[in-house]
Amino acid sequence: MKTQFSVAKFDQKLQERWGEVMEEKKQCKGCGGALPFVIGFVAAVIAGWVLFPDLIYSKKTQPIRFSHKVHQEQGMECSSCHTFRDDGSFAGLPNNESCMQCHADVIGTDPAEVAYVEKYAKTGKEVPWLIYQYQPDNVYFSHKAHESFECKSCHPDVGKTDTPPVYYENRLSGYSKQTMKMWQCERCHAENGVSNACHVCHK
Amino acid sequence: MKAKEFNIKWGMVIDLDKCTGCGACMTACQVENNIAPMVDASNKLRTLSWMLVYELSNKKAAPDAEIAYLPRPCMQCGNPTCVPVCPVIATDKNEEGGIVSQIYPRCIGCRYCMAACPYHARYFNWEDPIFPKGMEKTLSPNTSVRPRGVVEKCNFCHTRLMKAKDKARQEGGNPEALADGAYMPACAEVCPTGAISFGDIKNPEHKVHELAKGENAYRLLEKLGLAPQVYYVSKREWVRKLGDNYAATGKAGAEKKHS
Repeated sequence: MKTQFSVAKFDQKLQERWGEVMEEKKQCKGCGGALPFVIGFVAAVIAGWVLFPDLIYSKKTQPIRFSHKVHQEQGMECSSCHTFRDDGSFAGLPNNESCMQCHADVIGTDPAEVAYVEKYAKTGKEVPWLIYQYQPDNVYFSHKAHESFECKSCHPDVGKTDTPPVYYENRLSGYSKQTMKMWQCERCHAENGVSNACHVCHK
Repeated sequence: MKAKEFNIKWGMVIDLDKCTGCGACMTACQVENNIAPMVDASNKLRTLSWMLVYELSNKKAAPDAEIAYLPRPCMQCGNPTCVPVCPVIATDKNEEGGIVSQIYPRCIGCRYCMAACPYHARYFNWEDPIFPKGMEKTLSPNTSVRPRGVVEKCNFCHTRLMKAKDKARQEGGNPEALADGAYMPACAEVCPTGAISFGDIKNPEHKVHELAKGENAYRLLEKLGLAPQVYYVSKREWVRKLGDNYAATGKAGAEKKHS
């Protein structure tokens, strides 16, 4: 009986205290509510979607303002400069030797061409091009196996550009933002019935 | 459990009567697969040897004493025990040719696969690889260097397969029907006595097709039913018996389940 009595007393005290709390809450109306939450949310979204990507990627431009457009207008194909070697491996970007077949001396009026000839062709130094699609070392990719696709189905369509796109480098990993992601490789393989076993793309 | 079947089955046939135990296959493997030399390699539980040559003995006193050497790559089992135990699907047997593949960055280093593999073909990187100064220039572009904390194993020099396929494409051939010898792992290529043969076991035009069917051909621990893609050949009965650990049928040369 004694126990029941104290429980009832405790309950009563609790209700009294609850009433006081509600009273205090009513008094500080305006210091809580939806507005601070919305402000915080918007700030977080701006930080995450606008500021952070700018912070994590550094922007770089190509050493020479290479115009694919000018070259395409001369009737050149992608494969005129981006060639396969005899063993089926892909040579990637052309080296000085290829460029100098035409640009051993200045043949136009573009200042970018003059810069190329003076800085690289005449000194024999290779141009340190930035490669948008550069992959980590543990990735094996064969251009030969993907030859039936158009270049621009994976690469940015630079054929019509006068200025190469800005290169975004991840400050933490050092990799390009524009490179193909693993899920993109896997999706295309799955859609075309190609194996997605690890060693198909990794080494 | 039924072994996974593929149209192509890359396999190795190792003639133990030809193997002199010189270890060239081990060296070639380390070079091809960028395995860093260890400062102290005396603890054999921590060394990395995708290809390892074991010494077998008939345990008899002279003049009957005989030894044999047994090179052990990954068996690329038809029923790999390492694959289903991987909690992160970092290893997989899902490709034409049947090579058990692995992606190192995904491996979390739990080493379940090592415990599961009865051939001890898997190795754990206890240390970060450190190449002596200047040696990093000799690294092979065929294999990425693995960091500390991941498991690795022989993959029949898989990049060589990819390159052989590319070469076939360039020359107008069929990358899914490579000629005998077009794709050779480093160990098979370097073996000075020709003890290691390599090819597509299912392709009658490849010489391993016949070798694997030979009467003296057997596989290691065949009783486990893992259907390895590596075959051994020896005319010596005691060698063949050791391959099955004496336990399969009680007689040398276990039953052959391959096609």
